[in-house]
Amino acid sequence: MSRLRESLDAGSFVVTGEIAPPLGTDLAAMRASVEMLAPVCDAINVTDNQGASLHLSSLAASRVVLEMGVEPIFQQTCRDRNRLALQSDLLAAWTLGLTNLLAVTGDDPRSGDHPEAKGVFDLDSTQLVQVARGFNEGQDMKGRDLKGATDFFIGAAMFPEAEPWDMQQGRIEEKIAAGVRFFQTQAVFDLDKFARAVDVAHAAGAKVIGGILVLRSARVIRFINERLAGLMVPDHIAARIGGADDATEEAVLLAIEQARALHGIADGIHIMPLGLDAAVPRIVREAGIKT
Amino acid sequence: MIITRPREWERVRAQLADLGATRVFITGCGQCATVANTGGETEVLEAKERLESEGLVVTGWSVGEVACHSGGERLEVRKHAGEIESADAVLVLACGAGVQTMADATSKPVTPGLESVFLGNVVRHGVFEERCQMCGDCVLDRTAGICPVTTCPKGLLNGPCGGMWNGMCEVVTDRECTHVLIRRRLAEQGRAAKAEPLPPKDYSKKLKPGRVDIRAAHRASKSGDAS
Repeated sequence: MSRLRESLDAGSFVVTGEIAPPLGTDLAAMRASVEMLAPVCDAINVTDNQGASLHLSSLAASRVVLEMGVEPIFQQTCRDRNRLALQSDLLAAWTLGLTNLLAVTGDDPRSGDHPEAKGVFDLDSTQLVQVARGFNEGQDMKGRDLKGATDFFIGAAMFPEAEPWDMQQGRIEEKIAAGVRFFQTQAVFDLDKFARAVDVAHAAGAKVIGGILVLRSARVIRFINERLAGLMVPDHIAARIGGADDATEEAVLLAIEQARALHGIADGIHIMPLGLDAAVPRIVREAGIKT
Repeated sequence: MIITRPREWERVRAQLADLGATRVFITGCGQCATVANTGGETEVLEAKERLESEGLVVTGWSVGEVACHSGGERLEVRKHAGEIESADAVLVLACGAGVQTMADATSKPVTPGLESVFLGNVVRHGVFEERCQMCGDCVLDRTAGICPVTTCPKGLLNGPCGGMWNGMCEVVTDRECTHVLIRRRLAEQGRAAKAEPLPPKDYSKKLKPGRVDIRAAHRASKSGDAS
């Protein structure tokens, strides 16, 4: 049973973090990140070849996180696997004890470190959610009974600030109808836009965990704006971080403010530390979310 | 039409060198490659001049009606029998289908001079865009006549994906997001409300290699009438 689901169902405000598995087999740095995030996180996302760049699989890394006594959110993208492999890995995830799933499309291979790779996209994220829901109901994509069903807590990504809004609203409703029970959003900078997305999700019965990026330098902001899909840091934020004497401290203060603001609107926060893992406990505590 | 672009000339020369060819017959295509300005009479003659200036002998050339028609290509080979016979190789300025049709029509080694890139719409003279990739399982009835399989760089049936920003695509950033275009047109036509997510695609419909034989179906129906 997913503790993340229990907490959200109980109305608790949750905190999720995020780690990237290593490029290689040395798990030391990843374990250190988990240990840093775990005391203040209800669950930790384990990315799947993030940025279309090669990493240890989310499946294996999620199991490592679980063995450390921390609840992982197993991320699965549609980019690298066809429907046979996706289904097979979903079954594997459940047998390995992974109960939370975040189903996402995945960045295009052309934006990653293997730009020559074939993007698979045999399914899209909505269809992958439908598959996971079918598994929860004991059936594969072909409608055959599984010997042993799953009970995934199914999540998806949401981009509340990407216009046009009516398209995003349609997507949110479609994903919930497909089986999504919680969303994790891209970084939130505009609370009004975020709130309207939360209203749509809540009306259809899904939880929303709002994203926070720890923007430790002007260089990181430039990288995000130029290279990361679905993310755009507004100018006033860039100016604030870029103009600060201590950019790192300013980034932490900004994250604390954002966490406080989201506390009143969302069902939780998802902190993407971008290397500043050590600051996450402070952000959560000083925002008054956990003591 | 099939869109082609010229292969790098150095590579074409290397192909001919590998075949030990000093005497070459060149053939183009009167249809697609002519419209694409890659294998019409003009381009075939340019290739001829270039090969000759580089010391090769061009034994002859032809631009038949259409290079992917087996009967037509066999006719071209018969018309130019002597010129092809005296050549070491045939250079084909046509799509891959045309190259193979020529390779079947002659016993001489055949080598391609173009890259075949996509099935294209002619936007205006010299400007081509890919709109259909012949998947065998058309979804245009559900997508307001805009193909997501072809025009979304990820080929997603449902979208927009998380990379869309201000209505624009994340992969080809100067393009509007296909799924925004689809949803907008569905809304304009009053069809958005009943639009459901598309189911996963049936890739078994895209048989490789493709083959359609309408004569077989015709024969079957005729024999059915007789019985």
